[in-house]
Amino acid sequence: MRRRIPASIPALFVVFGGLALAVFALPLVGLLSRTPWRDLAGLLTSDVARDAVRLSVSTSVAATAVATVLGVPLAFVLARASFVGRSIVRGLVTLPLVLPPVVGGAALLFALGRRGVVGEPLADATGIVLPFSWWGVVAANVFIAMPFLVISVEGAVRNLDGRYEGAAATLGAGRWEVLRRVTLPMIRPSLVAGLALTWARAFGEFGATVTFAGSLQGRTQTLPLAVFVALESDREVAVALSLLMVVVSLVVLVSLRSWWWRFR
Amino acid sequence: MSGLEAHLRVRRDDGFVLDMSLSLDHGETVALLGPNGAGKSTAVSALAGLVPLDEGEIVLGGRTLDSQDVFVRPDLRRIGVVFQDYLLFPHLTAAENVAFGVRDRKRRREAAITWLARVGLADLADHMPGSLSGGQAQRVALARALASAPELLLLDEPLAALDVRTRLAMRRVLSEHLRAFPGPRLLITHDPTEAFTLADRILVLEAGSLTQVGTADDIRLRPRTRYVAELAGSNLFVGVADEGSVDVGGHVLQIADRFIAGPVTVTVRPSAVTVHLVRPAGSPRNVWETVVDLLEPIGDRVRLLTGAPLPLTVEITAESAVALGLGPGVPVWVAVKATEVEVEEG
Repeated sequence: MRRRIPASIPALFVVFGGLALAVFALPLVGLLSRTPWRDLAGLLTSDVARDAVRLSVSTSVAATAVATVLGVPLAFVLARASFVGRSIVRGLVTLPLVLPPVVGGAALLFALGRRGVVGEPLADATGIVLPFSWWGVVAANVFIAMPFLVISVEGAVRNLDGRYEGAAATLGAGRWEVLRRVTLPMIRPSLVAGLALTWARAFGEFGATVTFAGSLQGRTQTLPLAVFVALESDREVAVALSLLMVVVSLVVLVSLRSWWWRFR
Repeated sequence: MSGLEAHLRVRRDDGFVLDMSLSLDHGETVALLGPNGAGKSTAVSALAGLVPLDEGEIVLGGRTLDSQDVFVRPDLRRIGVVFQDYLLFPHLTAAENVAFGVRDRKRRREAAITWLARVGLADLADHMPGSLSGGQAQRVALARALASAPELLLLDEPLAALDVRTRLAMRRVLSEHLRAFPGPRLLITHDPTEAFTLADRILVLEAGSLTQVGTADDIRLRPRTRYVAELAGSNLFVGVADEGSVDVGGHVLQIADRFIAGPVTVTVRPSAVTVHLVRPAGSPRNVWETVVDLLEPIGDRVRLLTGAPLPLTVEITAESAVALGLGPGVPVWVAVKATEVEVEEG
């Protein structure tokens, strides 16, 4: 069946739109053209690859969990409380979105590093040293990815009609019960979207991680770092790992999108 | 044990002040009647605990819910609210909405189904609120409030969002369930018909304070403010129709509709009533002899209240009032055409 292009779209837009699509698609074509299909299984099960996959999955999931536990409350406060300097706090929350991740990683190092303003007393008191550790990767990911969660949940909470929560209270539900049975279910689409974006951002994080946590295989070398290292040494490994990331990310984003539309 | 005793004083952010007292007995329906912006919804929020009092107190069944020293959270107040636009939780089915406030967790679903059946919606248990009509959503909201076993029932403009036809049917459903609810019931409304037909007593709220308290007849026949006078402006009766006439408390009015039968609400506009010194000629008409009880000028018109057998509010021009030499105690004939008697089922 032939689909006609609606008259409301100028022909030039179709051409330019096609070019835009090419911008997204061409790198993928390049990647696919270099993929060593025959050795793919072997490449993806190498030590370096398996360590990187394990680390990427565990740190991105942990970062999403931390971002949820901390970010959802922050989103609620931003959406519902009015206090002096709220716009500054809001700006601070979005800073990691525009800051070069390397700068973020360096800033984290100054704050949480062994000699950092918080890191030094923390290390002295508890022996916990964040940089160049698994938790360091998680901390860098949280810093970079949490804005997605906060922004998405804050918007949803602000648009939520607070009278539903009042209605729930008159029906005998206490504050936590209202949160669990009314507020969270009602903002669920935005919460899930925020979670997925946060996870995806953490999964692909490179700059802040390499600066703050380094690239130690088996300890802090996540998939993006492994790709970067492999580009210098073993290009086929780099291509295989890149392809893996593309596939995983696409699956998550596409399924999120269809899920999102179902709930509109 | 007493029902609800409250003195509400709330100052809103916009400077509006609500300051009113109310007292409701068990088994009594009281209407809080007032125009938009009178503070009715603020009163609901204060009673339900969604807004704290600035001064005053709320005592329900001997338990202080709000005062200078006490503030009971809304979830512990046991006040059932039917909200103006129902506020059914959109992510829960009708049954889950009703089950929300059922205290016995194990019997939630069972109790919800029972309540839905009582409002005639058992077959819609698994429908989402978005797929319910206004009347159905209203009944789910009523069932939800009642299922939480409240001690006080608050209805905030329960019929306002419905179309006219559904409103009449829902008024009957509401009246039935109000009567079955043992505690005090407070009906918030801007519609005098709703107040007159559903409430035992009426509190008139204007600009944050009560301007008149009384039965429907008190309000209707002796309005104390301009707003009440305008509200009461229409003569409203409840009666039983049969073959072209309506029996309103012993007095029979001829009506134009010969097929309507059963309980009805009858309205006669004050300007539809004519006043004569001798029996007017011509039929078919509702004509009876009575006396002028009260006479008050409203601009270039005059409002009369006539006495037994069927007290009416009548509006005539100041000119004819002078021409007829009307004054309190003057015997007159009043006439209403059958076509001017408006009859609604319900």
